[in-house]
Amino acid sequence: MLLLTCPNCGIKADETELHPGGEAHITRHGAGASDSDFEGYLFHRKNPKGVHFERWRHAMGCGKWFHAARATDTLEVFGTYSAQVFEPPNDLIEKIKLKRPDWEGF
Amino acid sequence: MRRYSAFAIAREALRFHTGWERAWAAPEPKADYDVVIVGAGGHGLATAYYLGKNYGITNVAIVEKGWLGGGNTGRNTTIIRSNYLQDPSAAIYEKARSLYETMSQDLNYNVMFSPRGVMMLAQTEHEIRGYQRTAHANALQGVATEFISPARVKELCPIIELSGPRYPVLGALWQPRGGTARHDAVAWGYARACSDMGMHILQKTEVSAVLQSGGQVTGVTTSKGDIKCKKLAIVVAGNSGVLAEMAGFRLPMESAALQALVSEPIKPCMDVVVMANTVHGYMSQSDKGEMVIGGGADGFNNYTQRGSFHHVEETVRALIETFPIISRLKMLRQWGGIVDMTGDRSPIISKTPLGNCFIDGGWGTGGFKSIPGSGWAMAELVAKGEPGALAAPFGLDRFKEGRFIDESVAAGVAH
Ligand SMILES: Cc1cc2nc3c(=O)[nH]c(=O)nc-3n(C[C@H](O)[C@H](O)[C@H](O)COP(=O)(O)OP(=O)(O)OC[C@H]3O[C@@H](n4cnc5c(N)ncnc54)[C@H](O)[C@@H]3O)c2cc1C
Ligand SMILES: [Zn+2]
Repeated sequence: MLLLTCPNCGIKADETELHPGGEAHITRHGAGASDSDFEGYLFHRKNPKGVHFERWRHAMGCGKWFHAARATDTLEVFGTYSAQVFEPPNDLIEKIKLKRPDWEGF
Repeated sequence: MRRYSAFAIAREALRFHTGWERAWAAPEPKADYDVVIVGAGGHGLATAYYLGKNYGITNVAIVEKGWLGGGNTGRNTTIIRSNYLQDPSAAIYEKARSLYETMSQDLNYNVMFSPRGVMMLAQTEHEIRGYQRTAHANALQGVATEFISPARVKELCPIIELSGPRYPVLGALWQPRGGTARHDAVAWGYARACSDMGMHILQKTEVSAVLQSGGQVTGVTTSKGDIKCKKLAIVVAGNSGVLAEMAGFRLPMESAALQALVSEPIKPCMDVVVMANTVHGYMSQSDKGEMVIGGGADGFNNYTQRGSFHHVEETVRALIETFPIISRLKMLRQWGGIVDMTGDRSPIISKTPLGNCFIDGGWGTGGFKSIPGSGWAMAELVAKGEPGALAAPFGLDRFKEGRFIDESVAAGVAH
């Protein structure tokens, strides 16, 4: 069972309490964007077999969004962090690099 | 290839079954092929088969990292139906369903197609309206379906509980010529026919890079060395994103786990397939007597072929309400497959940004039923370089144009 610690309320929640929100840190292209940018924002996903940064909502708990870094090939959770950032924190990136020297980085 | 027949069984019975041939060859890879297909699942093998049969292209290799049919093709719950809402879907799924009708004869391999009938239960007022609409659309598309009453549901499936406490059965969309087939046999039958045409099925051969020059594909790097090709077909379901990254483009697709389970075998009690989309569960009975059960996919990205337990629990809970008779059955096996979910939940049969590289994928939770139709359409695309009428609506360009084939509402959940 997938367990993620919600950085908003500090609770270690199992996945029945959580709602997945898909790939994180996607640039939102809006009005005025090119067709390709808009298509990419809406549909194109990295979908990596490996390190994945993603959004989750603590739906059955505090109700707030947060970020998680997880491996899609092993289900290992590297860590969770605030929703209020545009990229993963450096210490988390370093932690992942130590565990996965071959990872191409964020 | 020596044909399978009643006579062959009698002949072999007389000589202690010493004369059966291997069903397909295990060749060493050549240096180059006209077409390389990545993925020996049902879709990859069917693509190869129709390339040979319909277009005479037989200098073909099907490259498979594991064993043939070991992906989703060997992991699914084998439901076959074509009662889709949108015209492009109905066309390709009905083409596939009609090819299933004659597949055993065509391949000289018993795929055990069993058109036992598929019903999709309506358990809310919205579903009644939705399925009646689909039945009307199917009438226009020439797909035989009808909306049936609860009494008829009970007649066709006596073990069903009509007056469930949460979601009573209010009717059903019934496709009498839908049903099931033996999944492994579909892969094996196509593989045997492809091998017979001289094609190479390269098992335990993993593709790790796509080679290109000047915007055109030139080959692939595999665990058995480089293989050159004029055309490349990527047909790898849940691994589509991984292959796309090798080829240098992104897809409107994400990979997630879908699970299924089977019970201990019991006496025949159900000779139709029942799907209950509102409560997220479906069930049929295999020829061995096992109840074959499936539900919804997990919501998060996953490549591990393992799903979350709570989904199994939800599915079983829903089905016990619908079929109280199964409440004390023991479940024998449970497994998962990685399904390729697209932005509009419809498949992709398309050219790609890389020249002479084509993709067939995104069948998600429902692509067993479409194997022959998809192979038929993909073979045409690969052979001619341009999609035919079946494949054209399923191009990647639809995501840029906003021309979605929106079946997620019509098809409810899985498969
Ligand atoms: C639990 C479950 C239940 C389902 N139930 C139904 C159902 O009832 N009805 C229905 O119609 N559909 C159902 N489906 C969906 C159906 O199984 C799939 O859509 C279909 O089998 C996809 O076939 P495929 O040939 O595209 O993929 P696969 O059978 O997965 O084949 C792809 C192949 O590509 C190979 N591959 C991947 N990467 C590489 C690489 N780098 N190099 C070489 N080879 C590679 C894999 O090993 C695999 O064998 C279900 C799926 C699941 C998981
Ligand atoms: Zn919380």
